[in-house]
Amino acid sequence: MLDTLLLSRIQFAANISFHILFPTITIALGWVLLYFRVRYNRSGDARWMEAYGFWVKIFALSFAMGVVSGITMSFQFGTNWPGFMEIVGNIAGPLLAYEIMTAFFLEAVFLGIMLFGFSRVPRWLHTGATFLVAFGTTMSTFWIIVLNSWMHTPQGFEMIDGVAHATDWWAIIFNPSMPYRFFHMLLASFLTVSFLIAGVSAFRWLIGGRTKGVRVALRTSLVMAALLIPVQIFVGDMHGLNTKEYQPAKVAAMEGVWETERGAPLLLFAIPDEEARENNYEIGIPGLASFILTHEWDGEVKGLNEFVAEDGTVLHPRVAPVFWSFRVMVGTGVLMLLVSWAAVAMMLRKRADGAGRRGVDGLPKLFLVGLVGMSFSGWLATLAGWYTTEIGRQPWLVQGVMTTKQAVADVPAPMVLSSLILYLAVYALLLGAYIGVIFYLARRASRGQSIEPRVPQSERAQVNAVPAE
Amino acid sequence: MYTFGDPTQWLPFVFAGLMGLSILIYVILDGFDLGVGVLFPLANNEEKDAMIASIGPFWDANETWLVLAVGLLLVAFPTAHGEILTALYAPVFIMLIGLILRGVAFEFRVKAPAAYKRLWNNAFFIGSLMTSLSQGFMLGLYVMGLDWTWGNIAFGLLTAVFLTVGYSFIGATWMIHKNSEALQMKAIRWARGGIWGLVLGIGAISLATPFVSERIFDKWFSFPQALLLAPLPVLSAVVIVWLWAMLRRMPFRDDHWNWLPFVAATLLWTMAYGGMAYSFYPYVVPEKITIYEAASAPESLFIILCGTFFVLPAIVGYTLLSYWIFRGKARELTYD
Repeated sequence: MLDTLLLSRIQFAANISFHILFPTITIALGWVLLYFRVRYNRSGDARWMEAYGFWVKIFALSFAMGVVSGITMSFQFGTNWPGFMEIVGNIAGPLLAYEIMTAFFLEAVFLGIMLFGFSRVPRWLHTGATFLVAFGTTMSTFWIIVLNSWMHTPQGFEMIDGVAHATDWWAIIFNPSMPYRFFHMLLASFLTVSFLIAGVSAFRWLIGGRTKGVRVALRTSLVMAALLIPVQIFVGDMHGLNTKEYQPAKVAAMEGVWETERGAPLLLFAIPDEEARENNYEIGIPGLASFILTHEWDGEVKGLNEFVAEDGTVLHPRVAPVFWSFRVMVGTGVLMLLVSWAAVAMMLRKRADGAGRRGVDGLPKLFLVGLVGMSFSGWLATLAGWYTTEIGRQPWLVQGVMTTKQAVADVPAPMVLSSLILYLAVYALLLGAYIGVIFYLARRASRGQSIEPRVPQSERAQVNAVPAE
Repeated sequence: MYTFGDPTQWLPFVFAGLMGLSILIYVILDGFDLGVGVLFPLANNEEKDAMIASIGPFWDANETWLVLAVGLLLVAFPTAHGEILTALYAPVFIMLIGLILRGVAFEFRVKAPAAYKRLWNNAFFIGSLMTSLSQGFMLGLYVMGLDWTWGNIAFGLLTAVFLTVGYSFIGATWMIHKNSEALQMKAIRWARGGIWGLVLGIGAISLATPFVSERIFDKWFSFPQALLLAPLPVLSAVVIVWLWAMLRRMPFRDDHWNWLPFVAATLLWTMAYGGMAYSFYPYVVPEKITIYEAASAPESLFIILCGTFFVLPAIVGYTLLSYWIFRGKARELTYD
């Protein structure tokens, strides 16, 4: 059981799972804050600044969590996976260097101005800092996704003495799966943020924090979710087709197809059995998997049997985790679609007939409670999607180039085990504190301490000029 | 010899220089804010807020220089990166936990319910201490050649303490500049105390390094290098005496020159660091791997260098902008 490879994998998985939660929030929240800031600049309407003032605190907290867990990851390349940089460092290196140089410094410096410079710098500079922070997080996503996508669909290099050398940077950066992954991740972030804002705003409303800033944030987030989920489903589908082309073993595991077949059913439920190489308790819709993947009812779907070498070496991932995490992602996405569309329908009806329903903007209380429950649904979907794609890549670390085993460090297993246990303890503590503090801030704001947003002297005149609603 | 024609010769040199520069910037900048963290328990609650205010807008960007330094090690010298970091697995791990605790404490201590503020204040101190100590330990072990022998561990523990004292010293000089009245007086006292640790630390490393390796000994004590290098230790001694004299008289009338101790400390660190860099060149893993052996492929280094050429001045530019915006005495940090 004390196997360095397995322990290192668990440690890295724990680390990246913890880390990804926070960029998932900051990427989109940065742009949402910019939206609040610009709306305020244009209208002088204080409720936008109120929303900004509340959410910038959560942005700062999420950003700090992302920074510290990200630094941890960058060190783990060296402490646990030195083989990765030794074999593909010539390609991974420049991509990481560009991330640090074009994104990290930009974010870190302008975040200081964005958080603490509100009353020290002119409005354009504060708005500009907000923009640059949002832009920085997106640049950072871009470079990381480029590297990650390249590991899935590597091209633009040649192997010399077992080490990858770049031959075409354009091909490396714009590798075949990069655009799909990049937009899929950006949209995932926007949806995560939508539901976080909706959930926390609903919570504030329910406990009595019924300010205009809460309402405007709630409305913005629900409309954003309703508009973006269909786009995400479309992008996700294209991403799936791309994966089918370049990583058919992953798609076979996602669909639970053991033997290549025509007219493959879409399995709603099954328990994959790795030993017998078959599924138990299958429930499926005939032909639908083939239709989705090939757009023909009897199209051929490659099975996992194609990825077993003649000597019996299995070159496909374990099926159950990929199969199930994919279903969790899709299931959560469908739920988000239904909830956001229902919300928008109710808000539109309220606007149409103007009836004095209970709740906010036509959303009944029970529905708001449901939204609170879904505050972190984006995290669930993102993690599940991440597991689908990353576990689905195994046993390869870089598809067809190097296996995960080739990268692992020769560190004693007990050492990795002790660091793993301590990491898990710290992560559990921080995650608890993070969620606790978000709802604590919501409660404190609802007690009325920040209903009146403070506005710098230079911008005060304009606010007062706008008549109250 | 065609030093400037052959990219496998000058690219590793340039990257070693860039990496060295970013480590130097890191130990000065994050050095002062880590030092403020180490001094944290010596202050009362009100002073703690003022101390955080003096580093709040900067610490995150300061820490990014560490990411850049490790990033450059990773991209420019991949084999050395693996070698160094696996050898330093345990102290790196302790440092990372420290950086996590400290980094989140900035946010949590002001956002969490008041009852927890004490807890996060402690997390901030412990995190800063863990980070400083483990960095000092890594420095000591690196100087001794990265082997885990009892002697090296003992030396590492010694440098751990000295670097931590060094960080608190530069942290104190930063606070002399950023704070006023009672807290400034306190900072002056801390700096007066810390200067001894600094002298002992620089002394210990300067004495130990030449005796670890004959090569380094020869570099320093053979003719004519010894003559050319003599200004370095002499100048360092002058700066130390100057700092000591200055700290005894501070604060000056009308708070003039309050930034001088920080500048002097920076100068001192730069010289000590320059001496170390001179000792170890051309090795990136002491006595084992040179920068030329460990370097990545030239085409990869070149593509990074092209970007660096444009991006680095921009980074320096907006970093200066941020220090300028938050210039002068620290004010209470609010988001409003």
